[in-house]
Amino acid sequence: MAIFDEELSRLKEKILEMGALVENSIKDCVKSFIERDNALAENLIKRDHLVNALDVEIDEECIRLIALRQPKASDLRFITTGMKIITDLERMGDLAVNIAERALELNKEPSIKPYVDIPRMRDIAYGMTRDALDAFVNKDKRLAMDVIMRDDEIDDLKHSIISELIFLMLEDPNIICRALRIIFIAQYLERIADHATNIAEMVIYLVEGKIIRHTTISE
Amino acid sequence: MVRDSIKAEVKNLNFFYGNVQALKNINLDILEKRVTALIGPSGCGKTTFLRCFNRMHDLYPHNRYEGSIILKPDDIDIISPNIDPIEVRMRISMVFQKPNPFPKTIFENVAYGLRVRGISNKKVLAEVVEKSLRGAALWDEVKDRLDKPAFDLSGGQQQRLCIARALATNPEILLFDEPTSALDPIATSKIEELIVELKNNVTIIIVTHNMQQAARVSEYTAFMYLGEIIEYGKTEKIFTAPSEKLTEEYITGRFG
Repeated sequence: MAIFDEELSRLKEKILEMGALVENSIKDCVKSFIERDNALAENLIKRDHLVNALDVEIDEECIRLIALRQPKASDLRFITTGMKIITDLERMGDLAVNIAERALELNKEPSIKPYVDIPRMRDIAYGMTRDALDAFVNKDKRLAMDVIMRDDEIDDLKHSIISELIFLMLEDPNIICRALRIIFIAQYLERIADHATNIAEMVIYLVEGKIIRHTTISE
Repeated sequence: MVRDSIKAEVKNLNFFYGNVQALKNINLDILEKRVTALIGPSGCGKTTFLRCFNRMHDLYPHNRYEGSIILKPDDIDIISPNIDPIEVRMRISMVFQKPNPFPKTIFENVAYGLRVRGISNKKVLAEVVEKSLRGAALWDEVKDRLDKPAFDLSGGQQQRLCIARALATNPEILLFDEPTSALDPIATSKIEELIVELKNNVTIIIVTHNMQQAARVSEYTAFMYLGEIIEYGKTEKIFTAPSEKLTEEYITGRFG
C-alpha cells in the first residue's frame, strides 16, 4: 500500500499548507489593526482565495481517496478528520479577512485607546491554531487537550474587552462606531479560537476513535 | 432495546489437523439472528473455524477438536463425539465458495435434504422447495423450469440455488465460506442483499476475504490471525477504530 501511504502524506502536507496560510492570516489581521497597516490588511484579503482553493482541492482529494481506496480504521479517521479540519480552517481564514476589513475601517479614524487585550487574544488564538495543527500532525492527544483547555481564556478576555468598551461608549457616544468594530474583532477572534478547539477535538477522534464534541472535558 | 441473545457459545476451542494446531483457544459468542464475519489473512484459521460449526472436519481422520461449541437453546455441544454430525448439519448448513449444485434438477437440488430425511410427500416437498427458493430470491427466475438441470443456471443463480438447498432443512445457523468469490459484482450484490434479508430468520457466519463485504453485510466481525481470535466486536468499531494494532494493520492493508 505504498501508493496510498504517499497519497495520505501528500494530503497531510496540503492540509498543513492551508494551516500555515491561515496561521499567517490570524497573525497579520490583528497586526494590520494594531499597527494601522492598510497594505497588510489588503494583502491578507487578497490572498484569501488561496485558502479557498486549497479547501476545494483537499476536499476533492479526500472524496477521491474515500471512493478509490476505501480507507478503514486510522486511515478513515485521518481522511474524515482532514475533511472537517479544512472546513474549520476555511472559516478561520474568512474570520481573519473580516478582522482585516474592520481594521481598514478603523484605520480611517483615530484609535480610541491603546489595545492590549486584542493582541493578547490574538496570541492565544494563534497559539491554539498552531498547536491544534501540530497535534494533528503528530497525533498528539495531550497537546490537543491542552488547546481545548485554553478556550476559556479567550472567552474571558472577550468579556473584559466588551465590558471595558461599554464603559467607554457610555462616556463618549462618538466612539460607538469604532467600539462596535472592535467588539466585532474580539468576537471574530473568539470564533477563531472556537474553530481551533474544533480541530483539537477532531484530533482526539483521530487518535482515539472517540467523538468528544458536546461533552465535558473531564470525560 | 433487547440485548442480542447468544446462539452459539464457543469455549476454549482448539483444533488439530493431526499434530498441527490450527485453532488456538477460541472463545466467542455467536449472536442469534446476526451476521458475524470472520476475516483474516490466508491460513489464519477462519475457514477451519467455520467448518467446526457443522463438523466438516469429521470427514477426515486424525482431525481433533478440543473444547466445546454450545448450541442454544438446547445447550448441546455440537463438536462432542456423542452428537451425530448429520444432526448438526441439519441445524447448521453451509454454503461454499464455488456453487456446487448436484447433477440433478433445480427442484431435486432443493428437495434433497428433505428426501435424505425420508420426506417424500409431494405436496410437502413442493411447498418447501418454493419457500426455500423464495427465501433465496430465486423463485421468480426458476419457477417455470424447476425440472431443468441445475447446471443450466448462471453462476450467481447456482449459488442462490445452493442457499435455497441449505434453507430447505430450516437451519438455525447458515455458514458461508466466501460465497461470492466466484461471482461477478451484480451476482455478488444479490447474494449480499440476500444475506442481510436472511438474518431476520437465521444466524449467519460468513468467512470473507473481501473486507468491504464484511463491512457491508455483518454486524459483528472477528479478526483471526495464526489460529487465534485477535479482536472480536461490532463491525463498525472494527472498521473505524479497532483496538488491536494487528487488526488495524490488517484492515488498512499494511499487514506484515
